[in-house]
Amino acid sequence: MAEPRETSFPSLFERSRAGRRAARPPRHDGPDLGGLLGEEQLRDAPPRLPEVSELDLVRHFTQLAHRQFSIDGNVYPLGSCTMKYNPKVHEEAARLFQDLHPYQAPETAQGTLQLLFELQRDLAALTGMEAVSLQPAAGAHGELTGILMIRAYHQARGEGAQRRVVIVPDGAHGTNPATASMAGYRVVEVRSDARGEVDLEAFRQALGPEVAAVMLTNPNTVGVFETHILEIARLAHEAGAQLYYDGANLNAIVGRVRPGDMGFDVVHLNLHKTFTTPHGGGGPGTGPIGVKAHLADFLPVPLVVREDDGYALSEDVPRSIGRIRSFYGNVGNLVRAYAYIRSLGLDGLRRVSGHAVLNANYLRVKMQEAGFTVPVERLNMHEFVAQPPDGVHTLDVAKALLDYGMHPMTVYFPLIVKEAMMVEPTETESLETLDAYAAALGEILARAAADPGYLEGAPYATPVRRLDEVTAARQPVLRYAFDDA
Amino acid sequence: MDIPDNLRYATSHEWATEPEDGVVTIGISDYAQDQLGDVVYVELPEVGRDVRAGDAVAVVESVKTASDIYAPVNGSVEAVNEALVDAPERINESPYGEGWLFRLRVRDPNELGELLDAAAYRQAATEEA
Amino acid sequence: MPYLPHSADDVRRALETIGVDSIDALFDELPSTLRNPDIDLPPAMDETTLMGHLRALAAKDVTAGPNFLGGGMRRHFIPAVTPALALQSEFVTAYTPYQPEVAQGVLQATFEFQTMMSELTGLDVANASMYDGATAVAEAALLAVRQTRRETVLVSRGVHPETRDVLATYLEALEIAVHTVDLEAGRTPPPGAVEDAACVIAQQPNHLGLLEDMGGLAEAAHAAGALFVAAVDPLSLAVLKPPGVYGADVAVGDGQVLGNPMAFGGPSFGFMVVRTALLRQLPGRLVGQTTDVDGKRAFVLTLQAREQHIRRSKAKSNICSNHQLTALMATVNMAALGPEGLREMAVGSVRQAHRLLERLRAAGAKPAVDAPFFNEFPLATRRPGGEVRSALAARGVQAGVPLGAEYGLGNAVLLCATELVTDRDIETLIDALRGSAELDGVAAHHG
Repeated sequence: MAEPRETSFPSLFERSRAGRRAARPPRHDGPDLGGLLGEEQLRDAPPRLPEVSELDLVRHFTQLAHRQFSIDGNVYPLGSCTMKYNPKVHEEAARLFQDLHPYQAPETAQGTLQLLFELQRDLAALTGMEAVSLQPAAGAHGELTGILMIRAYHQARGEGAQRRVVIVPDGAHGTNPATASMAGYRVVEVRSDARGEVDLEAFRQALGPEVAAVMLTNPNTVGVFETHILEIARLAHEAGAQLYYDGANLNAIVGRVRPGDMGFDVVHLNLHKTFTTPHGGGGPGTGPIGVKAHLADFLPVPLVVREDDGYALSEDVPRSIGRIRSFYGNVGNLVRAYAYIRSLGLDGLRRVSGHAVLNANYLRVKMQEAGFTVPVERLNMHEFVAQPPDGVHTLDVAKALLDYGMHPMTVYFPLIVKEAMMVEPTETESLETLDAYAAALGEILARAAADPGYLEGAPYATPVRRLDEVTAARQPVLRYAFDDA
Repeated sequence: MDIPDNLRYATSHEWATEPEDGVVTIGISDYAQDQLGDVVYVELPEVGRDVRAGDAVAVVESVKTASDIYAPVNGSVEAVNEALVDAPERINESPYGEGWLFRLRVRDPNELGELLDAAAYRQAATEEA
Repeated sequence: MPYLPHSADDVRRALETIGVDSIDALFDELPSTLRNPDIDLPPAMDETTLMGHLRALAAKDVTAGPNFLGGGMRRHFIPAVTPALALQSEFVTAYTPYQPEVAQGVLQATFEFQTMMSELTGLDVANASMYDGATAVAEAALLAVRQTRRETVLVSRGVHPETRDVLATYLEALEIAVHTVDLEAGRTPPPGAVEDAACVIAQQPNHLGLLEDMGGLAEAAHAAGALFVAAVDPLSLAVLKPPGVYGADVAVGDGQVLGNPMAFGGPSFGFMVVRTALLRQLPGRLVGQTTDVDGKRAFVLTLQAREQHIRRSKAKSNICSNHQLTALMATVNMAALGPEGLREMAVGSVRQAHRLLERLRAAGAKPAVDAPFFNEFPLATRRPGGEVRSALAARGVQAGVPLGAEYGLGNAVLLCATELVTDRDIETLIDALRGSAELDGVAAHHG
């Protein structure tokens, strides 16, 4: 690998100087560790963690923050990520509940337990499901939990050995087939039709007695509603399969349509999408699941229940699949989602989905006017897939957008569309922001036509430019190398 | 597209040599390496493993993709190209030479006849492109 | 309506541009029977009402008073500088760093996290974090199964009961057998029947707080061709021998004690660190160092072909996200404390826990198992653990994680101390235990 010519931005380890330190914990001196623990248990040399002063620490992480794009900074229309504004009041809300130990006597955690119970109830109402678990730590984790429950369901009915297949549409998010594999299933993909929806005939043919589950997102990953969903549900259930709802795109329909009414048996929600818990640079997410009554017996433990004398955590779930994580859930984020639902109410949530779909269609028209094509010719929902004109690469458009201080849309997903750009503005963006985004894209195309090399060299104005990802993968350097100093 | 005449090809873009002492060498075509982009890593099968035609026996990774490589005929893995561990770029630079992937000891040399010849593969690849 | 910017004019303009009459018309394609059901939600609250409502709920929780609760999460010192830096809005409201040119903040911080976890554990490569310690253990077992192609996993009963439960849930789906190795005198004996095992999993300190002979267990595992997975308390590694030194192939654990509030159990994060030979089997995100087109050092998500968005059904795991923000809190916190500060916290925790036991012995109590421990130990109680915990809570002390019957110790609780526990807190606990009739006699308090 080429030695960096300019290590311009220092590593925390390069700021480190022996003997420096920042914070000081309370001290309790004196124990003879060797005597108490056994000499053979002790480490010989301390870990080489950074030794920095508090001001150097502050400068490092403040400067790093300045090298980071965020929703608070500018527009971030990543398809299927739902990058909506994260309200500041939620941070205040979360702080009120951050000091409880999970193993406190339950009578000393009644406020938090009540909040969790009410959230279980509200999410059940919004999704049209009968029971909810708040446990899963992420969407993918919710998927695994839901599929494991479906597996348990089939086993309980004596059909576990027979049903070894999970059907997913060809446009499915990668977590869907990966989840199916982790649960021991084989994956069968079904193609989409010209309107971007699941091909009903292909779907019908894929069904059979070996199918355990069908995993769908609705609206799907090209941003359109599966208008045949009632028929799909009927066919799946007739074949004895269970229907799983990937809630990634709920922002399009929240408050207006319930997955339970569509016929889904299990649902997972992405609270970090629809319910605006912060993305945090990649996590933590939160992926609660909802189920219809026939699956409630298989929910992971514990559940939050209400008893005569208060709220409690219950392990009384007769055929539970067991625990899927430690403790009870990403409570810090559950509090934020609760605050959001209370702030908006049903009317507010209906407006969220209404404006999400409004903004996406508005931006689609603006991008079409700017020269992009939209392969699926119909009104889209909260997101849409577009393509640049022939000869222009999506990757280059994305890199050029960085110079405008805006974040690119999702690129090269879904895999079924060539040079895909998946765009989801969300309801919290103003029309001027969307106009500016489309205008920037228009300018980029104009420059590309006039000066093709320009796009391939973009970005020009960012702290670092095109990275050598090939060498990063061929010769991985995954930690700081002290010896090279 | 470079498609040597002396090799046989699968529609999934693997090439195979004629058997030499019962052993065929297998790699991926120039078209395939071009489609993949810069190869960053190769997962090779275990020597001695029995494979059937159509089994996914290796994986070739680029930064953004991972492609399964399928055994074009039945056989057992005789050797793998260890050099690719440290120099996966050989697949891009020399897909028919130093970028070979693995060797199979074949049971029935006639199976190679079921693969495409260079002309047929050229047609198939052109249609796909 | 909060957070929604559009005025009536904005909506009108947008509808005109799109060419529809109303927002409802945008949903016309949806089957009419599905649209606009009656949903029962509480009415919307403005910000003042909301915060009043939440404060009223929070008032029903108890967080004041001395805290001796452990069992996987603990109250530790977190300096103000940690959340001030980690919770800057650029880190909180950022997405996964897929466009590295504008994400060097998150990427570099993650690279520094990976380095610190590697240093703490003495192993080569750390991923960018996972959901929690329990799922990290489960994923480590799956890694061992992939690597060795064996179909059994051995786990010590000293591993946290919830972790073992999660392990069972994950492995059952793939029909991998899990065998539990029972403790002897509170510690894990060298396991028999290792030949078919993909890995042996043990925890340090174990669930009883006691110290295991991890090196011996690693040897036993390797002798039978199995991997050794060490589930470790990361703060203890400030003073304890790291897994890489005693022969672990994989180190996993929960990171809450490195600098996150407990928040009733989450979010925290899990960590996984492996030997270089296992790199390609590692699940989760990885950040690597490289250069950009101008030769500047830069960081990027790498080896993504292991992950679900590329490998789909053949990915190492379905895991998509990491626990970036909580891992960042730990990164900042570890740097804020430095090796010396972390050492002081570990030493202080050991000191106070041992002082607590001294005072308990002086009051006539004994640990349920008398063996070297770190900062937590089991105490035999008269009544069931849950009752003792409630009795203590009624006296304003949070203590007494109930110990399950599977340990064969009868009624018992875990008691834990950290550097935040004062000598006075210890006396308060002793008094509360005495007041709850859990201690014989009245020992003089030596101040």
